[in-house]
Amino acid sequence: MREAAARERDGLRFPSGGAAPLWPRSRPIGWRREPGLAPRPVTQSGSKMAEAGAGSLHGGDAAAAPGPAEEQELSRRLRRLYPAVNQDETPLPRSWSPKDKYNYIGLSQGNLRVHYKGHGKNHKDAASVRATHPIPAACGIYYFEVKIVSKGRDGYMGIGLSAQGVNMNRLPGWDKHSYGYHGDDGHSFCSSGTGQPYGPTFTTGDVIGCCVNLINNTCFYTKNGHSLGIAFTDLPSNLYPTVGLQTPGEIVDANFGQQPFVFDIEDYMREWRAKIQSTIKRFPIGDRLGEWQAMLQNMVSSYLVHHGYCSTATAFARVTDTTIQEEQTSIKNRQRIQKLVLAGRVGEAIEATQQLYPGLLEHNPNLLFMLKCRQFVEMVNGTDSEVRCFSARSPRSQDSYPGSPSLSPRHGSNNSHVHSTGADSPTCSNGVMSTKSKQSHSKYPTLSSSSSSSSSSSPSSVNYSESNSTDSTKSQQHSSTSNQETSDSEMEMEAEHYPNGVLENSSTRIMNGTYKHEEILQTDESSMEDSCSQRQLCGGNHAATERMIQFGRELQMLSEQLCREYGKNTVHKKMLQDAFSLLAYSDPWNCPVGQQLDPIQREPVCAALNSAILESQNLPKQPPLMLALGQRAERASCPYLNESYLFLLWGFPSRQVTLLLDSLPMPLREKVQKRNPLENSKFATAFICAGISSQQSNFKATAVSHQTSVFHLFWKIVFILQSVKILLPHLHSEKG
Amino acid sequence: MLKHGVNSLCRCCPAVTYCTFEYDPVVWLLSCLEVTASSRHYVDRLFDLDPQKVLQGVIDMKNAVIGNNKQKANLIVLGAVPRLLYLLQQETSSTELRTECAVVLGSLAMGTENNVKSLLDCHIIPALLQGLLSPDLKFIEACLRCLRTIFISPVTPEDLLYTDATVISHLMALLSRSRYTQEYICQIFSHCCKLQHWHSCGFKSLPQPLLCANGPDHQTILFNHGAVQNIAHLLVSTSYKVRMQALKCFSVLAFENPQVSMTLVNVSVDGELLPQIFVKMLQRDKPIEMQLTSAKCLTSMCRAGAIRTDDSCIVLKTLPCLVRMCSKERLLEERVEGAETLAYLIETDVELQRIASITDHLIVMLADYFKYPSSVSAITDIKRLDHDLKHAHELRQAAFKLYASLGANDEDIRKKIIETENMMDRIVNGLSESSIKVRLAAVRCLHSLSRSVQQLRTSFQDHAVWKPLMKVLQNAPNEMLVVASSTLCNLLLEFSPSKEPILESGAIELLCSLTQSENLALRVNGIWALMNMAFQAEQKIKSDILRGLSTEQLFQLLSDSDVNVLMKTLGLLRNLLSTRPHIDHIMSTHGKQIMQAVTLILEGEHNIEVKEQTLCILANIADGTTAKELIMTNDDILQKIKYYMSHSNAKLQLAAMFCISNLIWNEEEGSQERQDKLRDMGIVDILHKLSQSSDPNLCDKAKTALQQYLA
Repeated sequence: MREAAARERDGLRFPSGGAAPLWPRSRPIGWRREPGLAPRPVTQSGSKMAEAGAGSLHGGDAAAAPGPAEEQELSRRLRRLYPAVNQDETPLPRSWSPKDKYNYIGLSQGNLRVHYKGHGKNHKDAASVRATHPIPAACGIYYFEVKIVSKGRDGYMGIGLSAQGVNMNRLPGWDKHSYGYHGDDGHSFCSSGTGQPYGPTFTTGDVIGCCVNLINNTCFYTKNGHSLGIAFTDLPSNLYPTVGLQTPGEIVDANFGQQPFVFDIEDYMREWRAKIQSTIKRFPIGDRLGEWQAMLQNMVSSYLVHHGYCSTATAFARVTDTTIQEEQTSIKNRQRIQKLVLAGRVGEAIEATQQLYPGLLEHNPNLLFMLKCRQFVEMVNGTDSEVRCFSARSPRSQDSYPGSPSLSPRHGSNNSHVHSTGADSPTCSNGVMSTKSKQSHSKYPTLSSSSSSSSSSSPSSVNYSESNSTDSTKSQQHSSTSNQETSDSEMEMEAEHYPNGVLENSSTRIMNGTYKHEEILQTDESSMEDSCSQRQLCGGNHAATERMIQFGRELQMLSEQLCREYGKNTVHKKMLQDAFSLLAYSDPWNCPVGQQLDPIQREPVCAALNSAILESQNLPKQPPLMLALGQRAERASCPYLNESYLFLLWGFPSRQVTLLLDSLPMPLREKVQKRNPLENSKFATAFICAGISSQQSNFKATAVSHQTSVFHLFWKIVFILQSVKILLPHLHSEKG
Repeated sequence: MLKHGVNSLCRCCPAVTYCTFEYDPVVWLLSCLEVTASSRHYVDRLFDLDPQKVLQGVIDMKNAVIGNNKQKANLIVLGAVPRLLYLLQQETSSTELRTECAVVLGSLAMGTENNVKSLLDCHIIPALLQGLLSPDLKFIEACLRCLRTIFISPVTPEDLLYTDATVISHLMALLSRSRYTQEYICQIFSHCCKLQHWHSCGFKSLPQPLLCANGPDHQTILFNHGAVQNIAHLLVSTSYKVRMQALKCFSVLAFENPQVSMTLVNVSVDGELLPQIFVKMLQRDKPIEMQLTSAKCLTSMCRAGAIRTDDSCIVLKTLPCLVRMCSKERLLEERVEGAETLAYLIETDVELQRIASITDHLIVMLADYFKYPSSVSAITDIKRLDHDLKHAHELRQAAFKLYASLGANDEDIRKKIIETENMMDRIVNGLSESSIKVRLAAVRCLHSLSRSVQQLRTSFQDHAVWKPLMKVLQNAPNEMLVVASSTLCNLLLEFSPSKEPILESGAIELLCSLTQSENLALRVNGIWALMNMAFQAEQKIKSDILRGLSTEQLFQLLSDSDVNVLMKTLGLLRNLLSTRPHIDHIMSTHGKQIMQAVTLILEGEHNIEVKEQTLCILANIADGTTAKELIMTNDDILQKIKYYMSHSNAKLQLAAMFCISNLIWNEEEGSQERQDKLRDMGIVDILHKLSQSSDPNLCDKAKTALQQYLA
């Protein structure tokens, strides 16, 4: 239930949230707490819906669908069949899509039954329907069945797969990226109007299954539980289950897992799991054992360096007796610049870059433009230093960035909200900063009446240009209807010099209670995040707004200049347009283009800048680890990696896992087991933890892997990918 | 060279230098001397007076022979085996020494087949079996391991295990001792349980005696000693090797053995029935060996009737598993075994044949069996070519067998098989292959396909299959003749275009000789083929058949103990006696004998069908112009006809009535006399009675007959 609730919250703004993302991603914590933003309350039924529909766009259909018991059974079966699929990111097909079908198709029984309702005169009357979602690549092996309820007049039924956008006025198989097996002649159609003899014909009462093997990109069909052999090879990705009918009276029922399958698909999956396992086991390692280890260490190290986890990287290097290519200062510089970007202080970041890496931005006009656009957005946000300097207080933390490694991108992003209030809150929360945050606590406001009036006046002062009076009243209304929490945070903006009171503390405590899932973050940090919820254009400062307008003009000029020099650039145009559009709304945070203000948008800018810097230093612009992940994500070029990944997710004989876990010191082991989001990557975590915290374990993990010699380089990589993220907090907490 | 022994060392040395030219000859010479000398030393130490030194000697010998075939051969030549056996049997030896001796002997047995032969010559088996009586487990295990190695060798006769009745029960008792005893004993059993009939798979075209002349077969002996109960629980052992060997044991025990199969279905281990355990072993992630062997167990049980053919464990598990075993991914041996087992499983069940035919493109998959050795393997590497060549025959015969089973009943499947690339050419080629196994399987396949009328008229004709088939029939062993002559039966059917050329190539002679065979099936097929041949044939062929068969042989066949032969012979007679001129001609030459034969059969104790067929022959005779007289003058026969007209069986009544109506038919010459004679016999009264019959056929017939009198 707790998990479901968390997903629901994510669902508000980040539909792709849910299970832990593979990469550190900034996640605004205070953001979602704003009452004004919540489109619907988190109720019991709401969360259930999210669980059942798994973020499906067609949540409304759930009413017509079978009862909750069957839904649960379906979810249970799908989870068992496809444990590797993150259903929040890539939902599995659960029914036919009422939107993605031809007119002649009728759906009923929870969009599982398909019937033909056209004339059925000739092939021009063919009609198809696709499932709601494509088959996720992470399935490895996907299977669905269709029962022929009635063959209708002629039994021209086709069962198969098609890509999105393929003409629905056709039977599956007739067009490019469409594949089908037809009942009247038993032929298979592979993106062609003429079929190949494939299998027996099928008719009323038969159950036809279609299995997509995403490991070798093939497909085979089954008839009444008997495999008919490979029908298609070299299938593209992202295919949808599809059926097509052509004559009146044809009715078919789909089974996407609602019922047990006639064909023993799990047995087939077992075979492939065993196959992959033996491939990995047989992979020759031989004399190159040492090289593998060095490579692994190098991958971990380069990842740490790339993201500027300076001290972690140093610790790792010390432990593993390796050297880091890049100089310490260089890492620190990059780290500093990254932090500035992630904190929304792009102007400073540009300055720092120009100072530390002269010529870099001049050679990368596109990057510079991207940065400037972001800077403008941050100005709107009120985070950029050029606007912040206009606010009443001096940006205290501006030059006192801690050199500690605790500033992972995720942590860094949290700062944005602090700045958005124009407050002096510290950006991060390690040892150095903790004292500061205590200070700020003591300065928290106590008075409510005066601050509330001042806050209500500020929106109107902001809406100076495009916005008319109606807008301002609206925003006033908005702020006045806000509840106590809102007024608490409003107070904070103005009443800096008042001593802190009981009220603030208690509200913080409540919030913490509600957001238990954020435990990882230190409390003082989150309390500050929580306290800022009302935002104003440029922090509500008039001078700042002026500066922003001026900057906007400069940006426009830069764009024109670039256009003259390098020709038209639609990307730039769009970027600029989006940024300026923010000003058209009274509440930019709540407008159609408000997404830009999301601190998460700082990440691509930050990554681009970081890569550019690294490239200029002749260092790889992407860490090998990331490259490997990219390949995995595209489930592509590297078949071994793909297989290994599936293998990983499909579970691993737990003997080795246990062995490794046992080799870890007790407290660490507990953490590993507890913290792991994926049961199956237990081993991964263990491997990495054992590798890095080798002072205690003396590299038992790698030693074990040498002894058993069954470990394959690629899946080691995958393990690392899975666990680096989990590992970092460990390292920090160990140090702290 | 080692056979020369110590004395001939000098002679063998040059040979060594010849064959090892790539090394320094001197070094090799020295090493050779050294090896033999050291071998001598090992043997000498076995004769030491100090038992401790003997033990050390045996241990050193053990270490020296591991993986060294040359050393093994050396020691055997130098006479180490009798001494080791002596030490092993000596009660005074320490168990440690005896164990080490057994280990060394086991190691020697691991070598070449010649090694095993030498060990057998020294009577090693009784010595080791004696050793099993020892209380020491280690020693027992060593003896068993050695026995296992010897028994799995193809040169060891299985019967050696069964010479002493107490051995089996003792082995059963040892099964509980340790996982090693379990593994070795199961392995011994599965290699010492050979079927008495020679073919390795299915295809029981004939009821063959399950018991051999010397008493119960191995399966029964083991079964009677409680093998099923003793081994069943090993199927859930924690050791894979034990599980696997137990499974193999069952697959051998249950093969074509209804008794064992029926028992197996009801045995349960840990609350699970054996079929369920077998099905678990069929799971696709289990080792191939295990899947295949448990599929064999289930197949045997299914064929024995212990499991229904529509049981899901057969339809959805065993059959798909066996089809998978035929896929290209499997090893050649596995593909052969998979196809043969599948052929056996589906041989008699049309539904299974239909399912198999659509599963995983089996029919196309099998075509691949004919592509060995492939052209690629010949070029790329010799080793693979050798391997392919070795299995090529096996693959082809397995594919033919499976095609034969697939096409046994269903016309659509036959069509699909024949449409497979070059199928008919492959069969024709297969018919003339050197390997008898392939020829036999090809004939089976042809036989199966010849059941299709359409194919007989088309592809069979196009490829002139009768030619190689006739060739196969010359001097072939019985097993082959049985199938080939069955095929010939089909090819001789009246509508078959092959009929003419087959006749021209001397088929009559051949078939007539088959009717004289000792083998029942051959007699049936021979006379059957002749029957088919005589159907609506021309006069000349009929005469040829009669001449070729000779009347003596005809009578011989009519008194055959087998009802099938009798029926087909009568059928032949009936076919010969059709159309009036033929009837008259034949009756003019063989009338007397035929009438005798007919009387004999009508008087004898025969079933209804035989009598009906005989009456039909009489009716045919009655249809002749001159032949009629043979009946009319034979009062005995007339009385018999009258008797059958009032028989309780309607079929016989009807047949007798045909006879009568042929005799009294109006338009023919002398019908008036015949009618009168028969009226005097009281036939008309019977006809009147029959015209009141409830049977419409009889009623009609009687009325028509009576009308002949009225006209």
